[in-house]
Amino acid sequence: MNPSVQTILDKYVGEGRDSLIPLLQEVQDREGYLSRDALKLIGRHLNLPASKIYGVATFYNQFRFEAVGRYHIQVCRGTACHVKGSAKVLETLTRELKIRPGQTTRDGLFSIEVVACIGACGLAPVIAVNGEFHAGVTPEKIKEILRTYRKQGAEAIHG
Amino acid sequence: MVKLSVNNRNIEAKSGDTILSVLKRNGIKVPTLCHLEGLFPSGACRMCVVEVEGLPGLVPSCAYPVQDGMRIQTHSPRAVRARKTIVELLLADHPDDCLYCVRNGDCDLQNLAEELGVRQRRYAGKKSMHQIDSSSPSLIRDPAKCILCGKCVRVCEEIQGVSAIDFIGRGSRARVGPAFDEGLNVSSCINCGQCVTVCPTGALREQSALKDVIDALNDPGKFVVVQHAPSVSVTLGEEFGIKPGTDMIGAMTTALRRLGFDRVFDTSFSADLTIMEEGSELVKRIREGGPLPLLTSCSPGWIKFVEQFYPELIGHVSSCKSPQQMLGAIAKSYFAEREGIDPARMYSVSIMPCTAKKFEAERPELSSGGLADVDAVLTTREAARLIRMRGLDLNSLPPEPADTPFGERSSAGKLFGVSGGVMEAAARSAHYLLTGEEMADPVIKSLRGLDGIKEATITIGGLELGLAVASGLANARKLLDQIRAGRKDLHFMEVMTCPGGCIAGGGQPVSSDPNAIRARMKSLYAIDTGAANRVSHRNKQIQKIYEEFLGEPLGERSHKLLHTRYVTRDVMI
Repeated sequence: MNPSVQTILDKYVGEGRDSLIPLLQEVQDREGYLSRDALKLIGRHLNLPASKIYGVATFYNQFRFEAVGRYHIQVCRGTACHVKGSAKVLETLTRELKIRPGQTTRDGLFSIEVVACIGACGLAPVIAVNGEFHAGVTPEKIKEILRTYRKQGAEAIHG
Repeated sequence: MVKLSVNNRNIEAKSGDTILSVLKRNGIKVPTLCHLEGLFPSGACRMCVVEVEGLPGLVPSCAYPVQDGMRIQTHSPRAVRARKTIVELLLADHPDDCLYCVRNGDCDLQNLAEELGVRQRRYAGKKSMHQIDSSSPSLIRDPAKCILCGKCVRVCEEIQGVSAIDFIGRGSRARVGPAFDEGLNVSSCINCGQCVTVCPTGALREQSALKDVIDALNDPGKFVVVQHAPSVSVTLGEEFGIKPGTDMIGAMTTALRRLGFDRVFDTSFSADLTIMEEGSELVKRIREGGPLPLLTSCSPGWIKFVEQFYPELIGHVSSCKSPQQMLGAIAKSYFAEREGIDPARMYSVSIMPCTAKKFEAERPELSSGGLADVDAVLTTREAARLIRMRGLDLNSLPPEPADTPFGERSSAGKLFGVSGGVMEAAARSAHYLLTGEEMADPVIKSLRGLDGIKEATITIGGLELGLAVASGLANARKLLDQIRAGRKDLHFMEVMTCPGGCIAGGGQPVSSDPNAIRARMKSLYAIDTGAANRVSHRNKQIQKIYEEFLGEPLGERSHKLLHTRYVTRDVMI
């Protein structure tokens, strides 16, 4: 039993399948992602099969199924960033970290999320790491940024 | 009543009908890929589009109601071009490997490409990359061949009430799969294979055991026995172009013998054995006060369904192994001992209308002394492939009888192939067990036919028995929910996983024709009507095996060889 998910479910007593998306959003807000446990509980609560919930959740970009990393990287793929080469930026990130958007590296350090536009078109192409913006990124800059966070992460872990 | 014109012919229809159903009734064929008879239309594939005068676009006939005065052209140049383009686009992201595909020659997409005259690769693009899921003991999923028609998703949800799979992702990344994109083996899939029978392509198919069986047949050190399920003899012919419902028992036995099987047995024999055990179990539970209703245990998809979704009702399920497993168990004990064959040298094959039987045969509970009761399970389709591979044609083989001792059967055993049949067979023998007399009329009419839920009340020796029959697990759910809510008038409930029973099993010849299912059913009823022995307890070989080996129903040896136990399963449901 997951108490934090349960408290959310308690607010949705007697609700049907039309509450699925708000429920998923609230659970993800609280937990950072949708765990297997959470999906199971939500399914039982709304009387929906897990496959259906997973189907709905994967239809939208906003839901993730792995806990976010220590450094959560949001890559803007809005129009301005696209024109300025954000596809290359994303490609570099996925290659360097060996994960796809929605996933988290094995060491738990990094996770990637693709967002449509983070409203900083003047800084394109832009990424945000834990909310901190990095403007005008290029594949070279990405490698440098990752190095910095790796170092920070190692220091934080090993003191 | 509405009047409309189709291809310049005047036609009458009921208001509320869809265009497609009216066309079908009048013998006008428009192709479909996602349409499923009896289910709500999804309109996903757009193959059935027709041109309606006055409407700006083409309309999907499966989802569009007829209106008075409608003028329809089913094969206007525009409609045909649209269909052809759809097929060309589907092929653009389809592996071009028809020659290597199990559905080669029996594929809806291939047939449509032929019908519409697709001769060029007009659209070239990057093909989607997918992994094949071969984790299940019963089924293989090959998403590269999937055209996203959604039939499997709907059958799994609406007919079976399981929902093991659904659409995942969106747009060009959309695919069908279980929750968390995992393997079928860890999902709530019950292995029934109904998805295979509706799949228009080779995206869903059985996990084939052909190679293992061929290897065993070619191994001189192995003694290979084969059994065939009650429904197989009335369906196998369809694979050889024979009219649906034709009983091919004799030619099939000959074919199996020529393939090199050392003994050809009939699962209907062990269906009779099941009735002896299960009938006795029913009588015992009635006398000793439950738990009732007793639930049948022949259908392995249903068993996994109970284990996952209704674990609190596991105690109601009969402890009898299924006929397949019973025959396997006595072949490697009673028969092996009698013939002086080392059971470790025996290889036991079964031909089943079912993909879940492959899963069942692998259940660790269903073995004794480290030897599995059944070593390999072939579907009806695989059996046909094996027969064709050896250049044999059922049409031209002389009939031969099955081998002793497991070749003799009553027609009650044969009825196991159709929904309601186990119940009828059990009622006949329970009547004898309780009163010492035969039933005056062995047929219980209200338990026959293709309805999803059938009920009857019969009186045996002053005792009133409530009987219920369900096929298609969404129907079983309805009855189980009533039982869970406290319904008390039922004593015995038969559940078959597939709608209509094994005659429509997931391992049967792929047929979109509901009339074929009906013909298979009628054929089994005809076998029963014309049979010399219609009750399991009068099967001479059954009486003999109890005398010589088993002792009595529910006795110690029966308990060890013919009964089993169930487990609860923690899967994502």
